[in-house]
Amino acid sequence: MRQVRSRLGSLDWQVLAAIACIVALGVASIYSATAHQAGRPSPLYLKQLAWIGIGLVVLIAVALVDYHALARRAYVAYAAIVVLLVVVLAIGRVGMGAQRWISLGVIDVQPSELAKLVLIVALARYCADKTVKGGLGPSQLGPPLLLALVPIVLILKQPDLGTGLSLLAISLAMILLVGIRYQSIILLSLAGLMIFPFAWNVFWNSLRGYQRDRLLTFVNPSSDPLGSGYHVIQSKIAVGSGGFWGKGFLGSTQSQLKFLPEGHTDFIFAVFAEEWGFVGVLVLFALYGFVLYWIMETAYKSKDRLGAFLAVGVASMVVFSLVVNIGMTLGIMPVVGVPLLLMSYGGSSTLTVFAALGLVLNVRLRRFMLFY
Amino acid sequence: MTSSPHDDFKDLYDRITWGAIAMLALLGLLVLRAWYLQVVEGDTYRELAETNRVRVVSVLPQRGLIFDRHGRLLVNNTPGFTAYVVAEDAPSPLDPLIERLAGYLGLPEEDIRERIEGQRMARPFTPIPIKSHLTLKEVALIEAHRLDLPGVKIEVEAQRNYPLGTWASHLLGYVSEVSATQRSTTEFEGLPLGMQVGQYGAELAYDAILRGQPGEKGVEVDALGHERRVVSHIRPAQGDDLYLTIDADVQRAAEDALEGKAGVVVALDPTTGDVIAMVSHPDFDPNVLSGALTTSRWAELIADPGRPLNNRAIQGQYPPGSTFKIVVATAALERRIVTPRSETTCNGGKFFGNRVFRDWKAGGHGIVDLHRALVESCDVYFYELGDRVGVDAIAEFARAFGLGEPTGIALPSEKKGLIPSTEWKLASRREPWYPGETLSVAIGQGYVSVTPLQLATMIGTVATGGARHPPRYVREIRHRDGTVVVPETIPAEHLTVSAKTFAVLREALKGVVVEQHGTGGAARSSITQIAGKTGTAQVASLAASSRKGRPAHLEDHAWFVAFAPLDTPRIAVTVLVEHGGHGGSAAAPIAKQVIETYLGAQPQPSPSPVAARDRGSAGAPG
Repeated sequence: MRQVRSRLGSLDWQVLAAIACIVALGVASIYSATAHQAGRPSPLYLKQLAWIGIGLVVLIAVALVDYHALARRAYVAYAAIVVLLVVVLAIGRVGMGAQRWISLGVIDVQPSELAKLVLIVALARYCADKTVKGGLGPSQLGPPLLLALVPIVLILKQPDLGTGLSLLAISLAMILLVGIRYQSIILLSLAGLMIFPFAWNVFWNSLRGYQRDRLLTFVNPSSDPLGSGYHVIQSKIAVGSGGFWGKGFLGSTQSQLKFLPEGHTDFIFAVFAEEWGFVGVLVLFALYGFVLYWIMETAYKSKDRLGAFLAVGVASMVVFSLVVNIGMTLGIMPVVGVPLLLMSYGGSSTLTVFAALGLVLNVRLRRFMLFY
Repeated sequence: MTSSPHDDFKDLYDRITWGAIAMLALLGLLVLRAWYLQVVEGDTYRELAETNRVRVVSVLPQRGLIFDRHGRLLVNNTPGFTAYVVAEDAPSPLDPLIERLAGYLGLPEEDIRERIEGQRMARPFTPIPIKSHLTLKEVALIEAHRLDLPGVKIEVEAQRNYPLGTWASHLLGYVSEVSATQRSTTEFEGLPLGMQVGQYGAELAYDAILRGQPGEKGVEVDALGHERRVVSHIRPAQGDDLYLTIDADVQRAAEDALEGKAGVVVALDPTTGDVIAMVSHPDFDPNVLSGALTTSRWAELIADPGRPLNNRAIQGQYPPGSTFKIVVATAALERRIVTPRSETTCNGGKFFGNRVFRDWKAGGHGIVDLHRALVESCDVYFYELGDRVGVDAIAEFARAFGLGEPTGIALPSEKKGLIPSTEWKLASRREPWYPGETLSVAIGQGYVSVTPLQLATMIGTVATGGARHPPRYVREIRHRDGTVVVPETIPAEHLTVSAKTFAVLREALKGVVVEQHGTGGAARSSITQIAGKTGTAQVASLAASSRKGRPAHLEDHAWFVAFAPLDTPRIAVTVLVEHGGHGGSAAAPIAKQVIETYLGAQPQPSPSPVAARDRGSAGAPG
């Protein structure tokens, strides 16, 4: 035990405290956004606390099993998740216009969230073995891209634009970490340009009407203020009206009065920013920044490539969530359903981020070990 | 030589560092954006947030009341139920809701859909009025099916009530929701949706006075439009009350006298121009038009051949018939073409050109002077007179009496009638005036047409000896604080006609009623001295021989114009009975009844509008 405790350096405790702070702010915001929904059987913030409790267990569990052991089973897990995604398309529960959930009796799970983790581990395993001088050449891009594209296409088909893009971002980050030759970049760009019109067509046609509207209204939000542009406008009003000092806890008129829909999930940041103001936003970004620093430091100090890839994969997942989700509430990103990790209400995303952080902790715990 | 693991790690470290820097930059960008929204634009958004949650709801004012000259209530407001739909709370698609509502309210589905679709995008939270004046049965139906009717709500509102029903409906008018067309005019600009405004009659003409000022309520609402609390309240200002010049008793006497007939009664005070009574039949029930009017009922009213929506007193244009002889006689006397003693022989007709102009009396009147010609309404005498006076002199005096021009009464859509002249005929027909046409004009036929109100003004002018007061029907406007405003009166026109001429006319008009062969004997009164003139206006020019037994709709219009008392006139009356036959028999008794009611009695307490008001406000609508 002494050994284990010493491995958990003081930085890890600080990070756990930072994560606890973010999670606490998230629960407070969920409470605030849903407090007026009186008469619900069990309040959402309590449910979220329960998810966090389960998340902590998952975090510790993931941290304890050596990540090399996890990596060895990565391809099996990958195959399993692809099957699961196909199953979702076949029999999944339809919710909010998309087929994302599989019902496990008591709870519904979203396999696409799990797919993020599995893809991180699988790509890390693949990339860790590739030590190519000067980066990946054009011919070497095939396998990792294929690895990424299979789940991405399946998820886009649900359709879940947010998670699909999230997987794409994670994959690109990890491929970039391997290194990539200029020829590859040129080739990728050329190929991209050539297939872009076709791909765009396929992509655009695969979107549901409301998704197209969202992308269009991102270009011009005031074109439909009561329709698709409504969320963005209301969210900007909520954030902006928070001002420097904020309106105080439970003081968010916009979300209290329900002008801001989805205040407890995708637009949780707007609720937070309205109540805590720019000061609160600074604090929150400091906390997230600290957690990211911790993850990237883990990548830097990892004793092997696998550890570094795992950490960067997790970091890119968190950054994608921050940039897309917060960017959307601030009106600089299109509205695609991406939860704000550690804050948004939701079982699957909470478990995923805790598992991912457990992975980082896992790498960290074993960075001084001289044996695999 | 292959690269050492160390070299590879060096690359990896660099990339990790760059990655960390890129992440930091992205976060920095987000912070900058938050700073821009919250600090730079914070005040703007704070303001937006306020307006976002505070909705301004219009509070409709109570419309002013309308009274008669003795302060008896003619129009008031009673509480009634109105059904609203709040589009935002209504389900989408709307079809099941519309179907149910149509069933419960007895409205066509299309009407409801049109109302909702028209408003739901522009103002999704504003309640859209669907139907007012709900019956208790309709209210009960909606309340009982409340759960199946999301977004539907019933509000108690003040509704316009006309306790006397069809009584004076053309003068009073009716109200209904301000229309889109009205809202685009400056007069009705900025009025809130669902506000009742005048659509006809006094309600329209004095709408700005009656309607009051809408108030505003700032209501904090959530995104579903549920009201949380009222944060500000500007009370509406009630409309001002109108006191009309109408005498309810005289109006009722006139209404009763015209019951079942098509026609007009207009009674004026000739010394002021005050309208004492104004009846136009057929009429309509403004209570029906002011609320629960359905499209089909409206179409029915529009298509009604009796044209009940037409105010014949100001919009009907009729040949004045023999009443016009007053004008011709005046012109002849003033132009010194005849003296009262000038005689002509009437043997039943006058040859002119190649045609015969017949007298109404087959055998003729024998030797007649001007007095007898007016009293017995000898046509031949006036053919002769008209021919000698000429159409332009007749036109000049007709205009001086106020004929052929709108009287300027404050009622919408007044018609002007037509007084022909050589100039008019050249301009409008591009033809010269033929002398034979003057003969028709001289007995009030041919091109001549007037409105009953114009004729009332004319006989009033005779009564006063030359003072023509523009007619008006509003005596005063009373503000809620008790201050009284008397509308500015337009000064009377004074005719340049000698007193001698008026004396001749008055004597003749008295003779019409009291002399043995006078055509207006039916107006002889035991309580006052009535002077008058009959008129019979041809609807179709038929040969005299074929006049017996013709269908009712070709029967002549019967006129009687009168004033009383002879020496100090206080009332001037015009009666028109459409297709009533002879003025003497059909119209004169009505005029007598109206005059006797006005001069002979104190204001009747019952069954007066006061009693009707009690009835109206006590009962529930429907």
